[in-house]
Amino acid sequence: MNYFDRRLLLKHLGAAALGSTPLGLTVGRVAFAAAPSTESRLVVVVLRGAVDGLALAPPYGEPAYGALRGQLALGKPGASNGVRKLDGLFGLHPSFEHVHALYQRNEALVVHAVASPYRGRSHFDGQDVLEAGSVGVDGTRSGWLNRALGVDTRNSGGAIALAHTVPLMLRGEASVSSYAPSRLPDTDEDTLRRLEKLYADDEFFQAQFEQALAARAIAARDKNEKKMRGGGAAAFKSVMEQTARFLSAPDGPRIAMTEADGWDTHANQGATAGNLARRFAALDAGLATLRDGLGEHWDTTAVLVVTEFGRTVRVNGTGGTDHGTGGAALLLGGAVAGGKVTADWPGLNTLYEDRDLMPTTDLRSVFKAALVEHLGLDEARVATQVFPHSRNAPVLPNLFKA
Amino acid sequence: MHATIAVNRFGLGARPGELASVSGRHERWLLDQLDAVALPKSLSKIAPSSEVLVDVARLRRRKREMRLAGEKVDQKDLGKLISGHYRELVLARAQTATTTDTPFAERLVRFWANHFAISADKREVRAIAGAIENEAVRPHLAGSFSDMLLAVEQHPAMLLYLDNIRSIGPTSQRGLRAKKRRPERRIGLNENLAREILELHTLGVRGGYDQSDVTSFARVITGWTVGRDTDANTKNGSAGRFRFDKALHEPGAQRVLGKRYAQDGVDQGEAVLRDLAVHPSTAQHLATKLARHFVADEPPQPLVARLARVFLDTGGDLPSLHAALVRAPEAWTTPHAKYKTPDDYLISTMRAFDFTPDRVGPILMTLRVLGQPPLTPGSPAGWPDTAEQWRGGDALFKRIEWANDVARRLPGRTNPQSVADAALGPLLRDETRSAMQRAQSTAQSLTLFLASPEFQRR
Repeated sequence: MNYFDRRLLLKHLGAAALGSTPLGLTVGRVAFAAAPSTESRLVVVVLRGAVDGLALAPPYGEPAYGALRGQLALGKPGASNGVRKLDGLFGLHPSFEHVHALYQRNEALVVHAVASPYRGRSHFDGQDVLEAGSVGVDGTRSGWLNRALGVDTRNSGGAIALAHTVPLMLRGEASVSSYAPSRLPDTDEDTLRRLEKLYADDEFFQAQFEQALAARAIAARDKNEKKMRGGGAAAFKSVMEQTARFLSAPDGPRIAMTEADGWDTHANQGATAGNLARRFAALDAGLATLRDGLGEHWDTTAVLVVTEFGRTVRVNGTGGTDHGTGGAALLLGGAVAGGKVTADWPGLNTLYEDRDLMPTTDLRSVFKAALVEHLGLDEARVATQVFPHSRNAPVLPNLFKA
Repeated sequence: MHATIAVNRFGLGARPGELASVSGRHERWLLDQLDAVALPKSLSKIAPSSEVLVDVARLRRRKREMRLAGEKVDQKDLGKLISGHYRELVLARAQTATTTDTPFAERLVRFWANHFAISADKREVRAIAGAIENEAVRPHLAGSFSDMLLAVEQHPAMLLYLDNIRSIGPTSQRGLRAKKRRPERRIGLNENLAREILELHTLGVRGGYDQSDVTSFARVITGWTVGRDTDANTKNGSAGRFRFDKALHEPGAQRVLGKRYAQDGVDQGEAVLRDLAVHPSTAQHLATKLARHFVADEPPQPLVARLARVFLDTGGDLPSLHAALVRAPEAWTTPHAKYKTPDDYLISTMRAFDFTPDRVGPILMTLRVLGQPPLTPGSPAGWPDTAEQWRGGDALFKRIEWANDVARRLPGRTNPQSVADAALGPLLRDETRSAMQRAQSTAQSLTLFLASPEFQRR
């Protein structure tokens, strides 16, 4: 048994020892720790840089679509540059081979014309609002997914960020871990034990160290840990593999969050081929990897793919699109009531500020649905503790299987 | 303790002997660095960006011609040329940071270059990834923010990175011609640079501008481009350099932040930048970032207010601003308030061992693994500057693994205790000292030192 496994064991022994203390004061806590972790799993993928929602899920059936999109317009289903058909109005970008197959099996859906409450055009503020779950840029220091952990009493496995550092969405009071594969030689157990003592009275280091050890324990079970090499596609695939491994571990986390950047397509965005098409293909391949890796656990999983805002409807002067407002989100997984496009579709005749897709659905409604209808969190507590001031963003119904 | 703060927080980490030499004259030592302008020796061999851009353009053209002529083309030579320049710069930059005896000036150079960040993952700027730092920031460190701002926004690296070379005034000569020739194609403004100047470089995101200011400002700086490698440009010296192209410039007066700019040509954009450079929102934005970098993640508001005041009173004089920071009592009262970034961590480690890197591979590998690939923040916002944004169990574990790897490679004669004392002086904690003494090997002792909380802070 290596040091990591031993540490986890010690943790459990510690809990048992607490349970046997006189007066039974900790019985409640032990019952909590011993309860089986929830089976529902949630993965949130944040695409940083603002994904073009009209390229992801083009409304090819809109009369104004072709003229507004110009060189970026995709054809009708079946055409050589055609979309993959979702319904009579919407299609999926041709790069999404696997996502489309999931859609046909009712395991994927698109939520269209969505946006966070943020109405500015700064990536950085937009991402902050998306991740904080706030109404605007108000300096909120914790993320909504972290606050959800405080409400989620059934989940004893916690959450993990598949990233070097913990992104805002998972930052906050609840302890979370982060993990990215390493290329460095292992540090011996004796040195780690000494370091643990060195960190004992420094909360900042102590907390991070604890999380790292727990994350390593799970990762170490796979002898063939793939190295994070290469750019976009391979790296994202490897992250998705690792995510599946964490979420499949019996004592592992049930919530994972990861990110992929490079979606800020101001120039030469491309239509069926090109920069954006390649990124979509990498995303599609990564999501397929996640599904394969989860195996039977896919049935209890929901994967939410979101971005900070959409992009302009019209093409700019450099073959790209600029910062916009309304966009699209993907929701996939065995737990999802898929096979449809969910939207209060505003059409393309009236644009937000005469340039963007009008946002009609608040992303927080989607997030709330994931927490309440998928993870089974208490709706009232979600409304007050996770998304305060979200009365006008109620749970979006019918996204998950009953 | 003051010497330790001067050397570790304001500087880049103590080299052996540095603490002792600064002791008793820490303030003078810092202030004396504010006029340092000489280009460090290790950087003097780096080719100017104008030459690099021309070389890259010529290789591209040659390959295109060969391809058209049906000749076989080497698929990899362009990538090699670009990454060769990037790697050379990364090594020279690391050597500069590890050997400099004006580390405060170097930290300031890095701070401002990160303020005006470009990211080497964009292929167009990878070969000149250090150009903003060395050609626009460094020459103006002892001057005014206004001059630095102008040099940055007119630098080819920035114009390429934020797409301004693609921006065309809709009713400019070229805009009209393109519209006539291909009316179906939208030719026009790219507002990327204008937006980031307002949001990141000057006023700050809530600095009081709106979308119409962004659009007007984007029109103002149409025509700010990079001279292509043509005979004419080679003759007039603008190949690979900033060039104002009147044919791309949107004619007429523009209104930015409520003020009308009626100048003709390049003067219009320069006038807007000079006004932005001394705007109160800019002062507040820069003061906050500086105080955050040098004092605390949550910078004390009285300090921010004082720095902003100095900035406005001196018309954005950088040495005055930097001196105000040195004289701020807040900077000297809480040691180790800042968590080192991976780059800080690597450089301070090399300095502690008086090690000058001679190969770029390990530098690149280290910074990639620790999560801060050189000059590649991935966005124009640059690298973050708070502990919260750098923390993470995995991030810490990577540092430990790296420290352990480094410690095992160091020669056996290294005395861990003297290295630790020379690096941290009175700020080495008793716990760490005794853990190091009880270690079972020199390597383990060094690992404990490098991974200790106090060495990971500044």
